[in-house]
Amino acid sequence: MRGGLRNKMPEQAAEVRNKNFDEVALGYLIETAIDEAERCLNCKNPRCVQGCPVNVDIPDFIQALKEKNLNEAIRILKNKNTLPAVCGRVCPQESQCEKNCILGIKCEPVAIGRLERFVADYARIKGLDTINAAKAEPKGKKVAIVGSGPSGLTAAGDLAKMGYDVTIFEALHAPGGVLMYGIPQFRLPKEIVKHEIDQLKALGVKIMPNVVIGRTFTIDELMNEEGFSAVYIGTGAGLPHFMHIEGENLNGVYSANEFLTRVNLMRAYKFPQVATPVYIGKSVAVVGAGNVAMDAARTSKRLGAEKVYIVYRRSEDEMPARKEEIEHAKEEGIELRLLNNPTKIIGDEKGWVKGMECVKMELGEPDASGRRSPVEIIGSEYVLPVDMVVMSIGQGPNPLIKATTPNLETNKRGNINADENGQTSMPGVFAGGDIVTGAATVISAMGAGKKAAKAIDEYLSQK
Amino acid sequence: MAKILKKTNLAPQVYEFIVDAPLVAHKCKPGQFVIIRTEEESERIPLTIADFDRKQGTITMIVQAVGNTTKHLCETFNDNDEILDVVGPLGMPSHIENFGTVVCVGGGIGVAPVYPIARALKEAGNKVISIIGARNKDLIIFEDKMAAISDELIITTDDGSAGQKGFVTDPIKKMLESGNMPGMVLAIGPVIMMKNVAETTRPYKVPTVASLNTIMVDGTGMCGGCRVRVGDDNKFACVDGPEFDAHLVDFANLVQRQQMYKGQESLEYGCGGHCKCVGD
Ligand SMILES: Cc1cc2nc3c(=O)[nH]c(=O)nc-3n(C[C@H](O)[C@H](O)[C@H](O)COP(=O)(O)OP(=O)(O)OC[C@H]3O[C@@H](n4cnc5c(N)ncnc54)[C@H](O)[C@@H]3O)c2cc1C
Ligand SMILES: Cc1cc2nc3c(=O)[nH]c(=O)nc-3n(C[C@H](O)[C@H](O)[C@H](O)COP(=O)(O)OP(=O)(O)OC[C@H]3O[C@@H](n4cnc5c(N)ncnc54)[C@H](O)[C@@H]3O)c2cc1C
Ligand code: SF4
Ligand code: SF4
Ligand code: FES
Repeated sequence: MRGGLRNKMPEQAAEVRNKNFDEVALGYLIETAIDEAERCLNCKNPRCVQGCPVNVDIPDFIQALKEKNLNEAIRILKNKNTLPAVCGRVCPQESQCEKNCILGIKCEPVAIGRLERFVADYARIKGLDTINAAKAEPKGKKVAIVGSGPSGLTAAGDLAKMGYDVTIFEALHAPGGVLMYGIPQFRLPKEIVKHEIDQLKALGVKIMPNVVIGRTFTIDELMNEEGFSAVYIGTGAGLPHFMHIEGENLNGVYSANEFLTRVNLMRAYKFPQVATPVYIGKSVAVVGAGNVAMDAARTSKRLGAEKVYIVYRRSEDEMPARKEEIEHAKEEGIELRLLNNPTKIIGDEKGWVKGMECVKMELGEPDASGRRSPVEIIGSEYVLPVDMVVMSIGQGPNPLIKATTPNLETNKRGNINADENGQTSMPGVFAGGDIVTGAATVISAMGAGKKAAKAIDEYLSQK
Repeated sequence: MAKILKKTNLAPQVYEFIVDAPLVAHKCKPGQFVIIRTEEESERIPLTIADFDRKQGTITMIVQAVGNTTKHLCETFNDNDEILDVVGPLGMPSHIENFGTVVCVGGGIGVAPVYPIARALKEAGNKVISIIGARNKDLIIFEDKMAAISDELIITTDDGSAGQKGFVTDPIKKMLESGNMPGMVLAIGPVIMMKNVAETTRPYKVPTVASLNTIMVDGTGMCGGCRVRVGDDNKFACVDGPEFDAHLVDFANLVQRQQMYKGQESLEYGCGGHCKCVGD
């Protein structure tokens, strides 16, 4: 046991990386990984496992790593988590597995995410993770997966391994969901996502891009006309929210979804080699403080914005983004304007943004949730001189499927009602991930996909 | 992948593509569109489904070469070439019912999207009066097709080289002034034309519909790039539209937002913006 401090993650220097789209974190070398693994106490009653939404057998995979048995380490990881290279990079470990690690009480927790990433990357590069899972006897039943985000991909993989004939329908031209269009290359290289998707294809999962369920086919048509015995809906939280303040339709105002989609999915950062353009201001305000906001801010900086502000109405403690991303953003020169709330966006005579009026806030009395809610300081309005604004204040469920599936029940916010196994109000129709929970995390969406795959198997076995 | 079965030159810079897209063809309705991506590095662009054949599994797109992607498609894609991605049908279908008499106005290549809607309106029992507006005779497309499904077909050109000299709004004005109130007016074409049609019918309170060509990316309601002010609401043209009540559309906002990436001339579909098929 080494105890003490965790091994640092080698990273590109902040002033270098804020000008390129290469990955920020470079990954552990094998020596570092084994050294970090040595810190784990291999607890009998591992608290870390409870913190992980899919209960990865953390001490076991770390033990295999200690023994340099990477075949075994990746097998253990993939047993519970089909996308370890993704989760090792983007899970909010500090509030999940690592939060619970026993070492965290006296010193720093084991860097579980970094080890997970190391094992997955190593396995990918050395070709250890090619799927040789003995495929089950074909069940002769077709299952449709709607949406190819982490939730749909996980459900598809599990069902294919059970022997179902699985087809994923994806609205965009590339599968991967937010992993593809939302999270930037510098945090999650797209090659990793593609590798995972190739693995699924090797399992026999069919992927149909360019199919919008609700338009090209409805859920009912999939079940009644296209011969699918069950459907899993994993369509995510794709509907961008706006603030409904004056000036939001000015040129230079983006939703984070549009901005990030142009840059990630359409690779506008390579414009004009690729055809999709993206506008970048000299001075950019990103409204919001979640992971999405951090990604939009850091992307703006990389595309040449001189000044980038995060404008957030609460204080730093309440920022929902992962700690690491907030730190990275600050290092890269992003300025936080905390306790500031936009009141209107100001345009020039041609309809382009030239400023954003903000009002300063202070923390008032704690509300029902115990959080101190921000209140405006009367008369503190000022104009932040910016020529681009990215609205990143959250996403809701896309209403398309609900609107075309009358029997599918949703809640007030439009999220699909589903029980803990993903069962919706319609027999044979399951749902999970952000479309059920509202915008959450990659790992929770995967967890939902896993549970639903099991429930779908049970449902179809009884039929 | 969608194979081009037949490419035809209809007018200068205007091409018709009949493509193999069975999933779109089996479901599409008048008023809907597709988003295509020609090649790996290409942009996603929206194009109206100008016609479809469910049995053959084909859709027809009429494309005007106005900018990078549309030029690339029109100039380098030929019979048997494949378009990388075609997704659809997208958008809300047109509202089809028997309004009595309807006026269907197409400016420039806006005639192409008008055609299937006019045809459906005809099938629903309407008396269909169609108006085609173009800069000159050579730019008129779909004349025969429109004639076949219209009770009356009026052509207006800026220079009088075909039909009446003048703008599409002239015959509409005449009709309204003589007290012939249609149940609905549909206008598709350059923004300025749609706006002027809306202004012409507004005093008479004749329900008027315009199809908006906003900038789009995904076409599924995910990005909000296609938002436009309609009345007091912000609407997403790709899922709430593309057709809206023309009396409520903030056309100035539409024009402004279309300019986000380029000068306006390359953006207006219908006539490339040089057209004077309508007055001011
Ligand atoms: C910019 C950004 C950064 C993030 N950063 C993190 C992070 O660091 N860590 C973390 O844990 N989480 C992060 N998240 C959240 C996380 O990505 C999501 O919680 C997760 O992707 C949800 O997965 P999902 O499978 O439910 O849906 P999604 O990933 O949203 O995928 C849904 C898919 O369904 C498709 N679809 C939608 N409607 C239809 C339809 N009608 N027909 C066919 N296909 C359809 C969509 O195109 C999409 O591909 C981030 C999110 C964003 C946007
Ligand atoms: C619902 C709908 C239906 C349409 N139907 C047709 C049709 O049937 N036939 C036809 O010829 N045209 C149609 N258009 C317009 C067509 O999509 C644009 O002409 C095309 O996108 C221009 O792309 P470009 O790269 O050739 O032009 P460029 O001039 O190179 O484009 C300039 C930039 O402006 C943006 N842009 C500007 N206006 C638009 C727009 N309206 N849509 C998308 N991007 C835009 C793009 O981001 C593009 O990069 C339709 C548009 C919509 C919204
Ligand atoms: S999946 Fe995420 S939460 Fe679970 S162990 Fe891995 S990094 Fe931690
Ligand atoms: S709690 Fe920490 S030390 Fe214990 S098994 Fe988990 S990672 Fe290892
Ligand atoms: S095109 Fe993205 S929401 Fe309409």
